[in-house]
Amino acid sequence: MKFSASSVWENKDEYQVVVVGAGHAGCEAALACARLGLKTLIFTVSIESIAMMPCNPNIGGTSKGHLVREIDALGGEMGKVIDRAFIQSKMLNKSKGPAVHSLRAQADKKKYSNLMRQTLESQENLEVRQGEVVHVIVENGKIVGVQTYSGTIYHCDAVILCTGTYLMARCIYGDVSMNTGPNGLQAANYLTDCLKELGIVMYRFKTGTPARIDKRSIDFSKMEEQFGDEKIIPFSFTTSPDDVQIDQESCWLTYTNEKTHDVIRANLDRSPLFSGTIEGTGPRYCPSIEDKVVKFADKSRHQVFIEPEGLETNEMYVGGMSSSLPEDVQYTMYRTVPGLENVKIVRNAYAIEYDCIDARQLYPTLEFRKIKGLFSAGQFNGSSGYEEAAAQGLLAGINAAMEIAGREQLILDRSQAYIGVLIDDLVTKENYEPYRMMTSRAEYRLLLRQDNADQRLTKIGHDIGLISDERYEKLLRKEKKIKEEINRLHHTNVGTSKEVQLLLDACGSTRLLSGSTLAELIKRPEIAYEQLEPIDSNRPLDITSDVMEQIDISIKYEGYIMRQMKQVEQFKKLEKRKIPEDIDYDKVKSLRIEAVQKLKKYRPVSIGQASRISGVSPADISVLMVYLHC
Amino acid sequence: MGYQTETIAAISTAASNSGIGIVRISGEEALSIIDKIYRGKCGKLISTQKSHTVHYGFIEDGDEMIDEVLVVLMKGPQSYTGEDTVEIDCHGGIYVTKRILDTVIKNGARPADPGEFSKRAFLNGRIDLSQAEAVMDIIQSKNDFALQSSLNQLKGSVKKIIGEIRNKIIYHTAYIETALDDPEHIDMEGYGDKLRVVVNDILKEIKKLLLTSNDGKIAKEGIKTVILGKPNAGKSSLLNVLTGQERAIVTDVAGTTRDILEESIQLEGITLNVVDTAGIHNTQDIVEKIGVDRAKSSAESADLILYVIDASLPLNENDFEIINMIQEKRVIILFNKSDLSTVIDETEVKKWIKKPIVHVSAKQETGMMELTGLIKEMFYQGEISFNDEIYITNSRHLAALNDAYKSLEKVIESIDHLLSEDFYTIDLMDAYEALGRITGESMGEDLVNEIFSKFCVGK
Repeated sequence: MKFSASSVWENKDEYQVVVVGAGHAGCEAALACARLGLKTLIFTVSIESIAMMPCNPNIGGTSKGHLVREIDALGGEMGKVIDRAFIQSKMLNKSKGPAVHSLRAQADKKKYSNLMRQTLESQENLEVRQGEVVHVIVENGKIVGVQTYSGTIYHCDAVILCTGTYLMARCIYGDVSMNTGPNGLQAANYLTDCLKELGIVMYRFKTGTPARIDKRSIDFSKMEEQFGDEKIIPFSFTTSPDDVQIDQESCWLTYTNEKTHDVIRANLDRSPLFSGTIEGTGPRYCPSIEDKVVKFADKSRHQVFIEPEGLETNEMYVGGMSSSLPEDVQYTMYRTVPGLENVKIVRNAYAIEYDCIDARQLYPTLEFRKIKGLFSAGQFNGSSGYEEAAAQGLLAGINAAMEIAGREQLILDRSQAYIGVLIDDLVTKENYEPYRMMTSRAEYRLLLRQDNADQRLTKIGHDIGLISDERYEKLLRKEKKIKEEINRLHHTNVGTSKEVQLLLDACGSTRLLSGSTLAELIKRPEIAYEQLEPIDSNRPLDITSDVMEQIDISIKYEGYIMRQMKQVEQFKKLEKRKIPEDIDYDKVKSLRIEAVQKLKKYRPVSIGQASRISGVSPADISVLMVYLHC
Repeated sequence: MGYQTETIAAISTAASNSGIGIVRISGEEALSIIDKIYRGKCGKLISTQKSHTVHYGFIEDGDEMIDEVLVVLMKGPQSYTGEDTVEIDCHGGIYVTKRILDTVIKNGARPADPGEFSKRAFLNGRIDLSQAEAVMDIIQSKNDFALQSSLNQLKGSVKKIIGEIRNKIIYHTAYIETALDDPEHIDMEGYGDKLRVVVNDILKEIKKLLLTSNDGKIAKEGIKTVILGKPNAGKSSLLNVLTGQERAIVTDVAGTTRDILEESIQLEGITLNVVDTAGIHNTQDIVEKIGVDRAKSSAESADLILYVIDASLPLNENDFEIINMIQEKRVIILFNKSDLSTVIDETEVKKWIKKPIVHVSAKQETGMMELTGLIKEMFYQGEISFNDEIYITNSRHLAALNDAYKSLEKVIESIDHLLSEDFYTIDLMDAYEALGRITGESMGEDLVNEIFSKFCVGK
């Protein structure tokens, strides 16, 4: 027992939603619910850890930047906060196609956390409470409340679990093992048992973080300076680009070498990963430096990025060298790296193990199939990353609110958003490691660009009630402008006048042999809309840079975009074919046994989802369609 | 996943000597496809004709006339599948029918999945609800067979080549994706030129496969038939008679040894891969002994054995050795030399082995009709889908190879047009998926797994 019977007390305040955990998932979930008018209470083990970034000091990056944009387009908070808390910003993959452009910002961690805390604290309908939730109270298969470590019961209609890496957390380096959450914060040691009693299947995952080092002990002259972009693009569609042109901090690049690798190899037997002390499944995409050295033995060096943790601290993050080797080895290892010869460690690198769930117990709405009103998001669902967490938090929050309001819940599909891909993968596929978003996971990535997240999702955010009329109308005006202008370009001819030919020369393009439309010219890789202004006398004056970008992309990649749109059309047909919840797969005689087992276990909501379950063949899908007459 | 509404095609007659073969096309593009390949007498397009009408004309593949045909037009929803449907009745024989199917596929249809016509008919309300279970059974059982035969029919060497090509494609895709995912760790400078070389090589390999596929070398079609008998029983002359009877094509299949000759024979619509063997007898001659051993081992793996008995001579130890060997096999006994005076009769043979007997004379070419009829009976009545599936399987392989080829051409195009690397992977993965349809492997998490296993990623 965590508390004595006498300390059990019912708090009579009326709450509709309780959010457990105030990390990136919890904050978005709580804000969405409160903004949709629900009385919301958010619990955190420590008020100081609201929206904490316990690992890398950045928001965004490849495909994660897409998530942030999508969160913003739906009415979430992450993009707005990082626009105020960043200290360096970069558009990655700028030389590649528009589908893989990704924004990444270095964050001032403390500032990010503080700003998000202020946002929560000033949000109407939202209360922040320090405390550990140890029980979710379920009656007749439905959530009725939660109970905290102190024994107090809070009644509510929905609970959103966003426990991150705190459940039964254990931090490890060398033979040191501490039962704490990240950064030495208190772990949540009771909720797991309650969830298991409710029949929820738990997994144990592992992740890790590198050391933080003292800036004063680094010799930056031995490293390559990494600057931010000259022209900064904000994350949020609501942030004016003018407001983010700040003086930026630099990051620094250095490399490991054979000496580093020798130190690691000589001490592998002292690593808890190799000695078997760590049982959790770690992510392949975020390997510790010892993993990299073992697995990619032929590589003579690995990159190391030294990144500031904020403006008001000397701590620097050692990107690329996460580890769970013993403290003495960490010192020796880091000190082999050029520029770190005399490095002072502020915080040790460590690995962390935690409880999470097999997310296939969830509907694509992120609600537990078995328990009405119980939702979950973030690392608890087996994902990794701040952005992945925030995206799920937002969706879980929206869906809890929709359920309470008796409105239709929101499921984004794989053709609508990275958020859709993320959640569909989590609730459909077998996950053996923390799930990270990657652009290669999105089948229709040419449509799911970070630059058009507003066109894809803001209408949905508006329908839900998280986007103001004003913002939505602004988007409609932008869309109208894009459409009109593209149409005009397709119907504006230019001849072979000297002016045109000279402009083409200047762009490094070939001259025209006969007349052409402006749209045809924009199709040329070396020509952009903006450059054609001198020969485009009817061009409207109010074309902003974001509209120009959409014009260029739509015209240049028209062929590919059309192709993916066609694929999406087909994909949607299968998604729309719903499978009734009470279907008895045993009665579908011609299904193969393996398919019956898988279908019974994961109970897909649509034919489309069923087709993505491993072990269900195309023939099984055909059989199912015949059975359902759909 | 354009799968549910794509236009599909298949040979809908059994591969028998029925005189006609029917290729059926169903789906939105059925009419536009037939317009592309059909030349009517008065130049009218089929699509403009009334539903439920029959038209006489020719099917052409480009400039080449394939066959004189009757085309039956049934516009949806008044058709078996409920969709626009066209049936091409041609002159039968698997070769012509298959050529027509391939032409249809080349012009935009895809080979139908097992049971897909029935499935569409059902989903479009053309089959009674009470038939649902039957339709489901058809889908699953036909699919089991297709999967099995798809792999069985694929020659080992082809499978290996396709596997290697897929490995190359996924490797390069994973490299590009890793670089896109981690642009600060991995550089892609000049990768387009490198990839162009790789993709051009792959294109050449696929081209080779496509060229050989027309000779039936992709899939081992047909019934493996072994002719056995003691020396001089008349095996070779029987083979000669059989090959003389074929209606369509004869292809020499490579890989024959000095003592085993293998020929592919179209026997009234059935493909027989006939292996003529050295006569089985006891021998001390080492070279001969090898031949005899080989004959025995090919008999082991045969689908059908033609056991030739010289009716003018009594059964001897060699015959008994053969009889012992083939008791459990599918066998037709041929009483050869029935034109000569016979010294043994059926009753005596039946004492030792109970298999159907046909009297033939290879010399006078008698009894061949009877033999053909018997083979047809054995292989079509019980296992008619066997042959069907083999041809369809091969068409699926062809369609998949063509798809892969086209996708890889697009990769080259993208490189030439200086598009960025993320466009290459779209078509690379399409090619990978198409080739996977041949070997029966789905994509699943292949790309993500390849990224993690081959490249060092992450922070």
